[in-house]
Amino acid sequence: MKSTMQKIYFLWLRQIKKYFRSRSRIIGSLGQPLLFLLALGYGFGSVFAQAGQGNYLNFLAPGVIGMSIIFTAIFSGMEVIWDRQFGFLKETLVAPMPRFHIMIGRTLGGATVATMQGVIVMLLSLAFGFHPLNWWLVLPAVGVMFLVALLFTSLGTMVASLLDDMQGFQLIMNFLVMPLFFLSGALFPLQGLPALLAILARIDPLSYGIDALRVLLINAGHYGLGTDLAVLSAVTLAFVWLGAVFFRRLQV
Amino acid sequence: MKTMIEVKNLVKRFGDITAVDGVSFKVGGGEIFAFLGPNGAGKSTTIKMLTTLLSPTRGSVTLDGVDPVRDPERARRSFGIVFQDPSLDDDLTAWENMQLHGVLYDVPAAERNRRGQELLWFVDLWERRDDLVKRFSGGMKRRLEIARGLLHHPKIIFLDEPTLGLDPQTRNRMWEYLRELNRKEGTTLFFTTHYMEEAERIAQRIAVIDHGKIIALGSAAQLKRQTKTASLEDAFLSLTGHSIREESADPALDAMRAMRRRGFGH
Ligand SMILES: Nc1ncnc2c1ncn2[C@@H]1O[C@H](COP(=O)(O)OP(=O)(O)OP(=O)(O)O)[C@@H](O)[C@H]1O
Ligand SMILES: [Mg+2]
Repeated sequence: MKSTMQKIYFLWLRQIKKYFRSRSRIIGSLGQPLLFLLALGYGFGSVFAQAGQGNYLNFLAPGVIGMSIIFTAIFSGMEVIWDRQFGFLKETLVAPMPRFHIMIGRTLGGATVATMQGVIVMLLSLAFGFHPLNWWLVLPAVGVMFLVALLFTSLGTMVASLLDDMQGFQLIMNFLVMPLFFLSGALFPLQGLPALLAILARIDPLSYGIDALRVLLINAGHYGLGTDLAVLSAVTLAFVWLGAVFFRRLQV
Repeated sequence: MKTMIEVKNLVKRFGDITAVDGVSFKVGGGEIFAFLGPNGAGKSTTIKMLTTLLSPTRGSVTLDGVDPVRDPERARRSFGIVFQDPSLDDDLTAWENMQLHGVLYDVPAAERNRRGQELLWFVDLWERRDDLVKRFSGGMKRRLEIARGLLHHPKIIFLDEPTLGLDPQTRNRMWEYLRELNRKEGTTLFFTTHYMEEAERIAQRIAVIDHGKIIALGSAAQLKRQTKTASLEDAFLSLTGHSIREESADPALDAMRAMRRRGFGH
């Protein structure tokens, strides 16, 4: 038991160390959220206010936080491909431990990194004028971020276990990550959507993550916090399980 | 002598390539066994099946009585492996790579530190222990792979072309260390190499494999006697050269095989 925890901890620590060592990656991945806050946050601000929806930047910030989390999380999960290509994956796959534990260590590491990225974006959005309604609720919001990160890191691991190399990467970007982001209500309110869009948003797990963040940070949810957390937890469990199943089948 | 590795009719196909084609052999506990064969013969593929990285198309394997297909976790407790191609984490330091390995392989902390230090001295990397592996030269990375592979002391150690790209000093030192381990702890050693003198000097028995089949098996002396040659190199060439001549009946097939080997061989 103790040795299992230690193994998982070391695999987790490895991701964290790698994250802090790649400063260019941290800074690079902040460019996109900054652009969204600046261009959309300020650009649509007056239209949003005229439509009687209030402060767009406050509304947008949880969406942009969700965006940085889903991108970082899926990429972290997909690092399996990277480790496979550069060989390190073999070293872990022959270690005397269940593959499930390897997958858990990696996934917790990736999810932690994605959460940190989300927190950094939240701090940045403060500089743009975002202000949470209740500072005490920032802590549970970070908890929600971690849940969302865990969900999408598992999804990334699952996808990576099915791909042979980086060839399919662009495909995943365009047909999985982008739709998940744009259909999630990160950029627009979920109220009063056309039926098709409303359905798509309902299927998208990221919708619930961003909705939960909005409840906690600006007190403006659509599905309700209970539904959000129930859906997120169920989908996270399912994806961790699926990720583990596919990861176990991996051959090098 | 107890049987440590037993392989029966092992087959591995990748699409229409048969990489391993009905291989059978046994290795006893405490034995030093070598696999010789030209590029693409199926050596690495066999090792990957023995070490739970690939599942066999057909045939059976046991490691110390355990079937790696049926019970991979238990099988993994019995061996260590030095891979042919890189398997280090380039973004970690040499020391971190060693520590992570030690933890994953259940080496207790005190031993992990003691042996880690000893082995890094041994491969001349102690001074560079806190450098990121990506700053290492090819040979230094190789030395680190070896040091890491020796951090824990399993019953069987697989070494897939361990001396590839190593200078003679390190090569000799590594074999000394491994023989000592073999003598003291009775560790079974299974290695592949393209250096004939190495196989002759180190291995008690040698299997020559070509096109996925074992074409000869015995001590270096036996192989020389069997082929009526004076050196192991000549014996090897006479064994593997022969099969090339057979194939020349169909040059198109030969060319295709060669291409495949170039494309995939590693
Ligand atoms: N993942 C794979 N997919 C398809 N073919 C493969 C794969 N791995 C190996 N092969 C093929 O199997 C054959 C045996 O390869 P293997 O790596 O076992 O050779 P080897 O004896 O280790 O050669 P070398 O001395 O070059 O290391 C080769 O023809 C190779 O192209
Ligand atoms: Mg090989």
